[in-house]
Amino acid sequence: MKKDLAFIRKVKEEVPEVSRCYQCLTCTLGCPLAFAMDLKPHELLKYVQLGDKEKVLRASTCWMCASCETCATRCPNEIPIVKLMDLLRQESVKEGKVTEQGPKINDAFLAAIKYLGRVHELALIIDLKRRTGGLFKLNPDEIRLAVQMFRHGKLKLLPIKIKATKTMKKIFSRLEMQK
Amino acid sequence: MKIAYFPGCTLESTAIEYDRSLRAVAAKVGIELVELSDWNCCGASSAHAVDPVLGVALPARNLMIAEDMGLDIAVPCAACFLRFMETRKHLKEDSSMRKEIEETLGKKYKGTTHVYHPITIFSQPAIKKKIKQEIVNNLKGIKVVCYYGCYLVRPPETTHFDDPENPQIMDELIALTGAEVIDWSWKVDCCGAGHALLKPELVEQLVGEITEGARKAGADGVVAACPLCQANLETQQKGPNALPIFYFSELLGLAMGLEKEAEGWWKKHLISPKAAIAQQR
Repeated sequence: MKKDLAFIRKVKEEVPEVSRCYQCLTCTLGCPLAFAMDLKPHELLKYVQLGDKEKVLRASTCWMCASCETCATRCPNEIPIVKLMDLLRQESVKEGKVTEQGPKINDAFLAAIKYLGRVHELALIIDLKRRTGGLFKLNPDEIRLAVQMFRHGKLKLLPIKIKATKTMKKIFSRLEMQK
Repeated sequence: MKIAYFPGCTLESTAIEYDRSLRAVAAKVGIELVELSDWNCCGASSAHAVDPVLGVALPARNLMIAEDMGLDIAVPCAACFLRFMETRKHLKEDSSMRKEIEETLGKKYKGTTHVYHPITIFSQPAIKKKIKQEIVNNLKGIKVVCYYGCYLVRPPETTHFDDPENPQIMDELIALTGAEVIDWSWKVDCCGAGHALLKPELVEQLVGEITEGARKAGADGVVAACPLCQANLETQQKGPNALPIFYFSELLGLAMGLEKEAEGWWKKHLISPKAAIAQQR
């Protein structure tokens, strides 16, 4: 394991509370998605403290996290774990270490908001399937659900575009500046 | 009482019955919902995951529109609601972020608009009294559990909603209808949220546990207050004896005599609530 001091500094700058973790496991015990994570929340915290950047940024943890806030609400040391997850998502994308498809959801959502100002659910799902290469590989469950939603009139067919699209572009321009 | 209304993206499509029932119930009790003009998406779970300032700037624009109207905002989607509450907190506590966002939007943020989930509004003593007066169709015999999910109650220091582990506010509101509200242990468990898009198998497992808990408690249906929770509980519930997932506003409306309107709401449900409603005595 390589101890990355710059990584520790970067995390502590944003989430100084990480050093308080004493491995009580409250986060992992309450986490509804721990079963799907390769590193459980308490393990991730330990590797963050140790500065194992490679292990932390390649973990599935932050992409499996649903940001439900159960861990942060119960943490006796008041560590804002979801804020830490957001930071790790950003760092993992920046450093090209992403091992999951999570960022594609964010890309699809933000593209929709940037151009229309709102999310059109049907277009979002089609765009997301396209981005993940699953557009023509829908399974029977997905097709059944789509048909059901359509028959119950739950899918709005045409998107709404807000008037203030220029403001949206302005808001999103900071993302381009970061690139 | 007049309040600005931010429906959010889902209430325009998958949660259209939430929008309709909420508007109908609000009108019944004398609350005028004024839709924010030209509102934009709150950024959902994606904006803050990608960039903290983006996650605040998107709801900030909506808050400023409401400030111009001089009104507080009602936000029915629990996920949007948390984004608005987070935004208010950041704009208050982080002056450099506030300045940056004010510059981008070309407008000052005053901090005068408060954000409420409709449950909190309907639970005000004066409104509750009105609801009681409007109840003409007692829902006695229907057994339900109230499901709060994550973003109404957590993080508690941001949402200021109710107890984060055992909230009661929705239980008390639904009890007004005469329905039997059962206590249970899955009130604030997570439904898996956006994982429904790429990892539905995860949501299926979480939803399976929640709805099994509701069945064991003896419920005929689950009452939700979030379009994401409702959609996940409805679409990812597998196996026989599927429980219908109501919006709290639908049960209030049904009890207030909006049976005709309710027929239209039920048509939008993938799991028909008819059998549960037939339990009414």
